[in-house]
Amino acid sequence: MNSGTAPRRIGISLPVSVRLEQRLSVPRWLSPALTVGSIAVALFISAIILAVVGGDPVRAYLHIFEASFGSIGVLSDTLVKATPLILTGLACALAFRMRLWNIGAEGQFLLGAWGASAVVLFPVLPAGSPAIVVIPAMMLAGFLCGALWGLVPGVLRARFGVNEIITTLMLNYIALFWNQYWVFGPWSERGFQLTAQFPKEAWLPRLTDLAEAVPLFSGLTVHLGLVFGLVAAAVVWFILARSRWGYEIRLIGDSPRAARYAGVDIGRSIILIFFISGGLAGLAGMSEVSGVVHRLQDRISPGYGFTAIIIAYLANFDPLRVVIAAVLFGALILAGREIQPSGVPAMIQGTILFGLIASEVLLRYRVRVERRGPAR
Amino acid sequence: MDPIVILNAGVATGTILLFAAIGEILSERAGVLNLGVEGMMLMGAVAGFGTVVATGNPWLGLVVAMLAGGATSLLHAVITIHFQADQVVSGLSLTFLGTGLARVLGEGLSKAGATALLPTLTIPVLTDLPVLGPILFRDQSVLVYVGYLLVPATWYWIQRTRPGLHLRAVGEYPTAAEALGVDVYRLRYAYVVAGGLLAGLAGATITLAIQPGWFGDLTVNGRGWIAIGLVIFAQWSPFRAALGAYLFGAISRFSLDAQGPDTILGLWNPFHYIHSLTFFLAMLPYVLVIVVLVIGSREAVRRRLGAPAALGTPFIRGERGV
Amino acid sequence: MTAAGQTGAQTGAQTTTPADPPADRAVDLRGIVKRFPGIVANDRVDFDLRPGEVHALLGENGAGKSTLMNILAGLYRPDEGELRVHGRPVAFGSPRDAIAAGLGMVHQHFTLVPSQTVTENILLGLNRPRFRLRLGQFEAEIAELATRFGLRVDPQAKIWQLSVGEQQRVEILKMLYRGVDVLIMDEPTAVLAPQEVEELFRTLRAMTAAGRSVVFISHKLTEVLAIADRITVMRRGRVTAGGVRAADTNRTDLARLMVGREVLETLERTPYRPGALVLAVRDVEADNDKGRPALRGVSLDVHAGEILGIAGVAGNGQSELAQVITGLRACRGSVRVNGEEIANCPPGTAISRGVAHVPEDRTGVGSAPNLSIADNLIMKRYRRSPVAHGWTIDRKAGRRIANALRDEYRIDAPSIDTRARLLSGGNLQRLILAREIDTEPRLMIAVQPTRGLDVGAIEAVHRIFLDRRGAGTATLLISEDLDEILALADRVAVIYEGQIQGVFDVAAASVHELGLLMTGGATGTLAGGAA
Repeated sequence: MNSGTAPRRIGISLPVSVRLEQRLSVPRWLSPALTVGSIAVALFISAIILAVVGGDPVRAYLHIFEASFGSIGVLSDTLVKATPLILTGLACALAFRMRLWNIGAEGQFLLGAWGASAVVLFPVLPAGSPAIVVIPAMMLAGFLCGALWGLVPGVLRARFGVNEIITTLMLNYIALFWNQYWVFGPWSERGFQLTAQFPKEAWLPRLTDLAEAVPLFSGLTVHLGLVFGLVAAAVVWFILARSRWGYEIRLIGDSPRAARYAGVDIGRSIILIFFISGGLAGLAGMSEVSGVVHRLQDRISPGYGFTAIIIAYLANFDPLRVVIAAVLFGALILAGREIQPSGVPAMIQGTILFGLIASEVLLRYRVRVERRGPAR
Repeated sequence: MDPIVILNAGVATGTILLFAAIGEILSERAGVLNLGVEGMMLMGAVAGFGTVVATGNPWLGLVVAMLAGGATSLLHAVITIHFQADQVVSGLSLTFLGTGLARVLGEGLSKAGATALLPTLTIPVLTDLPVLGPILFRDQSVLVYVGYLLVPATWYWIQRTRPGLHLRAVGEYPTAAEALGVDVYRLRYAYVVAGGLLAGLAGATITLAIQPGWFGDLTVNGRGWIAIGLVIFAQWSPFRAALGAYLFGAISRFSLDAQGPDTILGLWNPFHYIHSLTFFLAMLPYVLVIVVLVIGSREAVRRRLGAPAALGTPFIRGERGV
Repeated sequence: MTAAGQTGAQTGAQTTTPADPPADRAVDLRGIVKRFPGIVANDRVDFDLRPGEVHALLGENGAGKSTLMNILAGLYRPDEGELRVHGRPVAFGSPRDAIAAGLGMVHQHFTLVPSQTVTENILLGLNRPRFRLRLGQFEAEIAELATRFGLRVDPQAKIWQLSVGEQQRVEILKMLYRGVDVLIMDEPTAVLAPQEVEELFRTLRAMTAAGRSVVFISHKLTEVLAIADRITVMRRGRVTAGGVRAADTNRTDLARLMVGREVLETLERTPYRPGALVLAVRDVEADNDKGRPALRGVSLDVHAGEILGIAGVAGNGQSELAQVITGLRACRGSVRVNGEEIANCPPGTAISRGVAHVPEDRTGVGSAPNLSIADNLIMKRYRRSPVAHGWTIDRKAGRRIANALRDEYRIDAPSIDTRARLLSGGNLQRLILAREIDTEPRLMIAVQPTRGLDVGAIEAVHRIFLDRRGAGTATLLISEDLDEILALADRVAVIYEGQIQGVFDVAAASVHELGLLMTGGATGTLAGGAA
C-alpha cells in the first residue's frame, strides 16, 4: 500500500505569494508609525460600520473632536475624563510590562472608590475634620482598597499559579455587586441608588475653586486627581527605567525562566506589582468620587478599567505615553456619550486594539510579496 | 423554593455555559486560547434575537447566531494563527469589539416585545424517572437536549476518532503533526471557528430560549468569562464541563429565586427581608470560579492534568532559520 | 502492508560503478543553492545516493549538512538546483510530499507527541483508521515491522515513558511504516550510549540489506568510518569531498577536509592538583517535572582546580542535578558549597556564594532573548556595585562592563544594544560564559557547554574551562559527549537513572566500561575512584 493515503491538502493557488521575513532590526520610527496607522485604520473601519448601520461617520468624528478639544471648557472636561484613565492605564501598563494580565483595573477602581467613600460615610474620621486630614485619608483608603483587591489575584498567581486573567475578571463582577450592596443597602440615600453627597472637606480641589484669583479658571472642573496621575506616571517611569526592580520586571517580562536563573524572586515581584497596580486603579476610583461625583453611586465607571487596557497597549506600556493616550481616550469617552448608537466608542476601542496587535506582525517581520514562478 | 424546580432551571441556564465551554474546549484542545467568548456570545445573542424580531423565525435566528459567533471567531483565528499575535491580547480585543459591535447592532432591540422562542419539550417516558426525570426531561428547551447529545459526542470525537487524534496532536505538539502532513493551520482555524459557532449558539440560547430579550451587554453579563473558567475546572473534558455548567446554572438560579420565600428549608430567609443582601448571592458564581481555579491549579501541579501543551503558543510554519 | 510491499525496486543496484546512470540512483541532488539572510548555507552542492547504501554526510556544525538534507526532506525549498528521485525531477512543498516520494528524515529533535502512544504517533497524519480509533490491528502491524528491523519498542507505550533511544526507534518506525526507502538520520548518535549506537547500526544494516538506503549525518569520524559505504564531506556550505568510498579514505584526510586545517586535538593542561573541597553533594534525591524520581541518592565531591565530568545518556538526571545545585529545583539531601548548606535555598543564594551556571537551555534559561546584550551581561551582577547604585541601576557602569566583556570574549554583534536573540549559537554561548566566568566563580556548573558549536568555538570554550581550572575554580562538567569529558575532565562520574554508577580517574577509564555503565550494565564491577 502506498503512503499517499494521507488527507489531501486543500489550497488556493495565487499568482503571487506573500512571504514573511524576520526582521533583524526595527527602525526607530516604525513603532510609533504603526500606532498612528492602526488608529487611522481603526477609525476608518469603524466609520464604515457606522455608515452601514445608518450613522454619519464624518459628523460623528467631527463632533467627537469639537466636543472634546473645541474650547478650554471642554478641554478641561476631557482632562477630567482622562484623569482616571491615566491612573488605571498606568496600573495596566505596569502589570503588562511583566506580562501579568491584570484585567481587573475596573474592580480595583470600584473598590478604591468604595474605600474612599467609606472614610466619609462610615465615618472613619470624626465629622468636621479638615480637608488636609480627610483627603489624605481618602487617598490612603482608596489606594489600599484597590491594592488589596489586586493582591488577591497576585497572591493566587504567585502562590498557586492561578491564571490572573480570569480571577481579575471575576473580581470585577464581585466588586460591582459589592458596591451595589452598599449603594442600594446601608449607604442608600432615601432608597435611591446613590449615597449622600460628601461634605466639602472630602472634595478634591478644582481649578474653578481658584476662580476668584484667576477668573479664567471659572467653571473649569479639572481637579487635583490629574496631578496624582502625572506624578504617578513619573514615578512608574522611574521605577521601570532606572531601578533595580525595574530591571527585574523587564527580565521577568521577557523570560521568567531566565529571571529565576538570575536569582530574581518572581513571586515577590508578582505580588508587589499587583499591589501597586491595584493601588493605582484604586487611587483612580478615589479621585473620581472625591474629585468629580462627590458621592458613591452605581455605575460610577463607564469602563475606565477596560479602556485602560487599550491605553496601556497603545502606549506600548510606556508610562509617559500612557498620559497622551489617556487624553485621547478621555476625549472619545466624553464625546462618545452623546453619539448614537451607544456602543460606538466601545467598538472603536476594540477595532483600535485589533489594529494594534495585527500591526505588531509588521514589527517582527518584513512582508515580501513576490510573483510565484513555475513549480519550484 | 422547590429544589427540583431550581435544578430544572439550573440545567436550562447551565446549557448556556455548556455550549460556550465546549466550544472553548475545542479551541483550546487545538492550542488556541480564545478569551473572546464574551464578545462572541454577545454577537450570537444579538444576531439571533435581531433575526427573530425581524422574521419571527427562531430557527433562522439560531443559524444566524451561530454564523455571527463563527464569523467573530474568524477574526481571532486570522490574527493569532496567521499573524501570530498574542492570543491573550487578541482575545481581549475580540471581547471589546464583540461587545461594542453587539451594542451598536442591538440599538433599539431592547424595546422589542415578546418574540417567538424555540420550543420546549418533555420527553415522555424519561420524565417519569425519579428525581432526574423532572430535572432533566420536563419542559426543557430543545437546546437543552442538544446539550445532552453534544457532551458525549464531543468526548467521542476527541478521544476515540482519527480527527480527534489529529486535534490532540495539534494542541500538544504541532510541529510533530505538521511534519506528518497534518495541516496545523487549517485544523486550528476549523476548531477556533467551531468554538465561535458554539459561542454564538450559547448567545442564542440566552436570547431565543432561556432568558429572551436584549439587554445590551448585560444580556451575557460575564458568562463568557465564567465559561472560560469552567474549561480549566473541567480539565478540558466535556463531561466535567457539563457537570460544572449545570452546577453553576443551579447556583445562579438559586440566587435569583432566593428573595421570594420567607423561609428556605424551614430556616429564616434573610434575603426575603433585606433585598440588598441578594447582591452577595449574585457574587457566588464568580467567587466559585475563583475557588474552582485555585483547587484546579493545585490539582494541576500535582497531576499535570490535561492542559494542551501548546496552548497559547503560535505555531510558525516553515523555515526555521539557520 | 505499508512497509512490506515497497522494499525498493532497485535492490540489486549495490554493485553499480561510480559512472552509473542517474536513473539508478535513489536520490540525485545537483547544484543545490540555499541562502538564509546573511549566509549561503548550501553553495552549489551535489550529492547522490544509491539504493542499498549508507552514505555519510560529514561536516562540522554549521557546515550545511542539515540544511541540505532538510531540502531533500521537503522542509526547505532550494533557491537553485535540481532534485531527482529515481531519476525523476521532483519539487517538494512539504515533508509529506517527500515522504510520499519515499524520503523520510529523523531529526535531532524528535517530533513525538508525549501524551500519545507509540501507535498513535505513528498513525498521525495517515487516513487510517478510517474514523474510529481501534488500534489493535495497527499495533500488531507495527510490532511486526519493529521486529523485522530490530527496533525494540512497545507499540502501546506512551511516548513520555520511553527513553531517548526508544523514542528514536519510534521516529524510525514512523518512516518505515510510511514505506520510506530513503531514511535520512540527522546526528542520530548524539543522544545514544555506545551500546545503543551498535544497536542502531544493526538496524541501519538491516535496512540496507533490504535494499533501502540511508543518509547518515554526523560530525564524528569514528562512527562515519564504522557505518558508511561512501562519505561526502562538507565545509562552510560547500562539498570538499564528494561520495568517496569509506574504504579509500582515513581519519586524518577526513578531518582535514572537514575542518580545513590540521586538527589540534590535544589541549594543553596543567598537572592535576586538586585543592580544597568546594562542592559536596550528599544523598540528594529530587523529582523531575513530571513528579517522577530523577535523582536517587546522588553524592559527589568537586575540589578547587578540578574538573569533574558527569557522563550519561540524556535524561538520566543530569539536568536535575545542575538545577538542584544552583537552587532551581527542590531536593532532599545536602548540597554544600565551601562548607555552607545551600540545598533548597533560592537561586540567589547560590549566585552570591560564587556558583556560576552555564545552563543547558541557552535561549530559554541562560538569556533573555528580547533584552539587549548589555542587559543580559549584567544579569548576575545588577545587585552589586558598581552596576547597582542603592536601589537604582547605574546604567553607565553597566554599559562599561558590558562593552569590556564583549571585547574580551569577542561577542560578535553590532552593539551591546542588539537583542540577544539575534546572536548566533556560538556568540550566545560566549555571552553566557563571559557573564558567568567574569564573576570569578568558585564553582562552575556547566551543562552541555559546546552542544551545537563549531570546532573553533568548541576549542575556545574548552580553553576557557582549562583556564578556570588553572585559576582554581571547581568545575562540574555535565556533557553527553563522552569525548569532551575525556578531553577536559580530571575525574568522571557516570550517571544512570539518577544514580552515580561510579567515579573514575579519566586516565584510568576505558570508553567501553564507561559505556556499559551509562546504559546501566555491570554496576560495581569496576574499581571506583574516590567518591
